[in-house]
Amino acid sequence: MMSSEAGLRIIQAGPGTTLQDAGRHFYLRFGITAAGPMDPLAHATANLAVGNVRGATAIEVTLGGLEVTAEGRPLTIAIAGGDFAISLDGRRLPAGCVLLTLDPGAVLKIRAGQGGAWCYLAIAGRLAVSKVLGSHATHTRTGLGGIDGRALRAGDRLHVEPSAAPAVPLGMVAAPWLDRPPGVIRVVLGPQDDYFAADQIAAFRDGPWRVSTRADRMAFFIDGPTLAHVSGYNIVSDGIAMGAIQVPGNGRPIILMADRQSTGGYPKIATVIGPDLGRLAQTRAGVEFRFEIVSVEQAVAARRAEATALATGIVVEPLVRTSLTSEFLLGLNLIDGVVAAGMP
Amino acid sequence: MMLDSGAAQSARPSYPRFLDAGETALVIEFGDTVDPAINAAVLALDAALRLAQPKGVREFVPTYRSLMIHYEPLEIERSELIGIARQAMAAATVTASDGASWILPCCYEPPFSEDLDEAAHLLKLGRDELIALHTEASLRVYMYGFTPGQLYLGGLPQELAISRRPEPRPPHPAGGVLIAGGLCVVAPFMMPTGWYVLGLTPERLYAPERDNPFFVQPGDKLRFEPVDAATFRALQARTARGEVVARRSAA
Repeated sequence: MMSSEAGLRIIQAGPGTTLQDAGRHFYLRFGITAAGPMDPLAHATANLAVGNVRGATAIEVTLGGLEVTAEGRPLTIAIAGGDFAISLDGRRLPAGCVLLTLDPGAVLKIRAGQGGAWCYLAIAGRLAVSKVLGSHATHTRTGLGGIDGRALRAGDRLHVEPSAAPAVPLGMVAAPWLDRPPGVIRVVLGPQDDYFAADQIAAFRDGPWRVSTRADRMAFFIDGPTLAHVSGYNIVSDGIAMGAIQVPGNGRPIILMADRQSTGGYPKIATVIGPDLGRLAQTRAGVEFRFEIVSVEQAVAARRAEATALATGIVVEPLVRTSLTSEFLLGLNLIDGVVAAGMP
Repeated sequence: MMLDSGAAQSARPSYPRFLDAGETALVIEFGDTVDPAINAAVLALDAALRLAQPKGVREFVPTYRSLMIHYEPLEIERSELIGIARQAMAAATVTASDGASWILPCCYEPPFSEDLDEAAHLLKLGRDELIALHTEASLRVYMYGFTPGQLYLGGLPQELAISRRPEPRPPHPAGGVLIAGGLCVVAPFMMPTGWYVLGLTPERLYAPERDNPFFVQPGDKLRFEPVDAATFRALQARTARGEVVARRSAA
């Protein structure tokens, strides 16, 4: 039955749509992986745009898309991440990160767009969902977090605790740091780069690589050169960081992502740097890239630049002005037509 | 320190090694084998650093032979973290085992002992002989890993050294007690595995709703106690209610 409580109702959710906060930390030592967003930077951006803390719980949307409505009261929502097609009550919104008010009964649709693989829907306020080991982060393989440890599905209701945020006008979120073209992914070598000869490290760096169709929250299998180990590929298991690139016996690298296992027994040739995890996550199957080897100092500098950008605050440009241009209005009509024809 | 003897072989690196897993994790490696002394050094450093609580450090992940430290490099520099770790290593005392000793019930009867006969055949042991060897062994808890609450145990007798299966077998139920590669695993999640399922424990090594979701610590000792199927089911009903049925023993 309809609840009078404020909340978000899921009308449709593609497979693998999950609730994610900044991750279930502090339990890795017990075999519990943090989970958390595939694209931490986009997740933080969506949260900051609605006035939440950057690690607040948001919905991670997949290429399968999402359709939601508000119940009880208007909700302030931001969407950030890959290039998805977003429409509000059938009106296509311009590409990019948006901030909007979702009125009760209004329908917000997110569909796969030109590029990118994940986006985040953040709601101002707090979701009234119980936490597991201190976190909402969903790890479906072990049934942890989210709603009953599973992905979101049609009919789910997320109760939103009142927030002081007033209704906001439709606006575009300026987040230039999310403009991350695929092509080069930066890595720090190790921890087991000594299992590979110099020519194999070079082959690893240059690729070219493509994300294969086996790419999910747990791991990205990548297609490219086959790498040879110096001697053997079984190591005594050790810890696995997000972005670790392990090379199993067949020489075909696997990049371990947010839902990875906590430990593993294959040599890890390199680790994707934090600032490029989102860039990699947003790289679709078939898209070509190569690796660039950087030092820890360079990786930290990139991390600092990212933190500085986020700390300057999120600027929202109201759409009222821009939406008056005939180009935009024309665009709305044209794109709406395309969406209506092309979507189920 | 204790591992200097390992450096005698020319091609071997000298330990401890400080390795990077990206810019937010540092791996301090004490060796490359499953060895109680190496693991004890890892756990001693883990304990010392957890006590010191250096700023900017998020969590520590001890494994067989290394400690992974997750840190925020904008709060603590890598070199500073290494300095703190070196100090902790110099001050830490490594003891063989000052952990707790546990007795964990395990049912080796059908339908829970899915691969027991197969393992016994491969090891050229009788069924009861295998069970006796498995339950008499005092095992060391090396680490948790792979999935929540999964324990990796060492110290099996040579007679139980069995290679991993060439192909994984279908998933076993939660609580599987498995052996392969000279090691034993207690696996709280239903998973396909390349190991041999000797039996099932009714204990829940991981129960998020319990006050102590995990009660076994790396460095502890553990022994299995055979229980019959009826006892297994009774104990399972208790663990489902959040009770711990493993018992502490006086080492």
